[in-house]
Amino acid sequence: MTNHGMMDEHESSELTEDEKRLFADLMPEDLTEILDTGVNRRHFLKLMAMAGGGILAAQSAVAEQLMTRPFNESGPENPTSDSLENRVDVSFNVNGIARKLTVDSRMTLLDTIRERLDLTGSKKGCDHGQCGACTVIVNGHRMLSCLTLAASCEGKTVQTIEGLAQGSSLHPMQEAFLKHDGFQCGFCTPGQICSAVAMLDEVKKGHLSYVTQNVRQPAGPAKLSDEEIRERMSGNICRCGAYPNIVAAIHEVHSGKPVEQIFRSV
Amino acid sequence: MRPFTYSRATDPSSAIKMLAQNPNARFLAGGTNLLDLMKEDVERPNALIDISELGLSDIKPIAAGTNQGGISLGGLGKNTDTANHLLVRQNYPLLTQAILAGASGQLRNMATNGGNLLQRTRCPYFYEVAMPCNKREPGTGCGAKEGINRMHAIFGWSEQCVAVYPSDMAVALAALDAVVKVRNADGQERSIPIADFHRLPGDKPEQDTNLPHGELITAIELPKNRFADKSYYLKVRDRASYAFALVSVAAALEMDPSDESGKRIKAVRIAMGGVAHKPWRALKAEQLLVGKEATDANFKLAATAEMADAKPLEHNAFKVELGNRSIVLALQMAMNGGKA
Repeated sequence: MTNHGMMDEHESSELTEDEKRLFADLMPEDLTEILDTGVNRRHFLKLMAMAGGGILAAQSAVAEQLMTRPFNESGPENPTSDSLENRVDVSFNVNGIARKLTVDSRMTLLDTIRERLDLTGSKKGCDHGQCGACTVIVNGHRMLSCLTLAASCEGKTVQTIEGLAQGSSLHPMQEAFLKHDGFQCGFCTPGQICSAVAMLDEVKKGHLSYVTQNVRQPAGPAKLSDEEIRERMSGNICRCGAYPNIVAAIHEVHSGKPVEQIFRSV
Repeated sequence: MRPFTYSRATDPSSAIKMLAQNPNARFLAGGTNLLDLMKEDVERPNALIDISELGLSDIKPIAAGTNQGGISLGGLGKNTDTANHLLVRQNYPLLTQAILAGASGQLRNMATNGGNLLQRTRCPYFYEVAMPCNKREPGTGCGAKEGINRMHAIFGWSEQCVAVYPSDMAVALAALDAVVKVRNADGQERSIPIADFHRLPGDKPEQDTNLPHGELITAIELPKNRFADKSYYLKVRDRASYAFALVSVAAALEMDPSDESGKRIKAVRIAMGGVAHKPWRALKAEQLLVGKEATDANFKLAATAEMADAKPLEHNAFKVELGNRSIVLALQMAMNGGKA
């Protein structure tokens, strides 16, 4: 018997009202989502953590049922239509692949690429446009996917961290971040790298920053100084404080020449 | 987030009609402020009308009308495109600097000119639905007036609201005497001078602007001026970048060409951010400087006169001295082509 067959067995028993209440107490934010679309990896890890702490001991039957429901019971791109209150059809291109989805009007681009397209490189940091961890490149411009509705992406081209490498060869910015240790925990890194790649395109186009001297000249800043890089990357927060290394990595990609790492206080 | 219907507008007139028909509908342009407020349950629209693909994004010279010789910024133009446009950088560098002083690269790529004008306050009592706030929930009181009000207003506040308006772009627009062009559901266009666009809170702090529901910002016009050589946008904040202003100053000077010393001020514009419920035009300081020499002593006299009217709250008295020094520094930097 296949695994799939086993899952079907568990699926046949629905949660009782009491069990739903128990889970509502444990995970009020996630319950509706779980009931509508099944358990995904995030819920799974959360449940495992709770089970490890003994919280779920009394509800192990329920936990088993939830954990063994297939992740993609109706395919991640096409959840059961009942779960969508205001359905919006959207066709867009993500990392070179045409995608056609039906989303709830409330779905952000970030949740869509993470939960529906399984592209979990883009991170949900603050979910309020203050940290930059969700930065993706839309139609060539860096944007915050947490403040973008998926519904508004009709016909657009989205590039995420997963779309930067060419096959097995990393994007130069990815290489440079590795070389210069441009991260510690790595959570902000996909956003930092997407932001840096698009930021260098802005520099190429002559875009200015608040620290650019003489904004009236037609060309951009004469030199991409540390100060310019810091200002232009200020929308990406790194709580590990890898900033000097991030600046060095960006310098290296911009100049095309090896950059020495200089450790100093900013 | 509460449920809402989403529709993509295909032309401005049908978009405006859709909005006008539903008092709980909102336009969605860049979405950077609206979606955040919807996540926080501060804004609760039941319908979003996506106007981001309507065009209305051109930046072009004005060929006729009262602002002939100036430029027109499309209401749906992106902040990034506006700041970097050659017509803007060369003729209105003050606006370029102000836009670039705000938000982050990602946000400026999303945010539109019209949307920037309609930003709502970042007062934490407005954002936190468990707190009283007359702007969010009229009649509930002001949490900030007797609460933590370090970031709040020192000019023009009322007992009902002490919030400040967050935009940097609008502070430059106030100094540059911009005109906001709006269109209603009947297709009628009208012009609102920037000074009349935003409101002081009074007893209706829930109204940020004088733009009624059912109208669309189609463009922002900038009249021609001679300030491009001597202007500067100074922003003082808690961290070096990506933070709202404690105090900001847009300063622009035009020298009298008939004066031999080249130091006599023919015209001057000063507007402040972070100090009031709207961009605060420092008219008193301006009046004191016209016809005078552009000296540090005169800058100080003008700044002191302007800030004498400030009424600080419990935690923001520092803004009075900060505003005083910021006006002087912004004027000095405007005189020196952006250098301190």
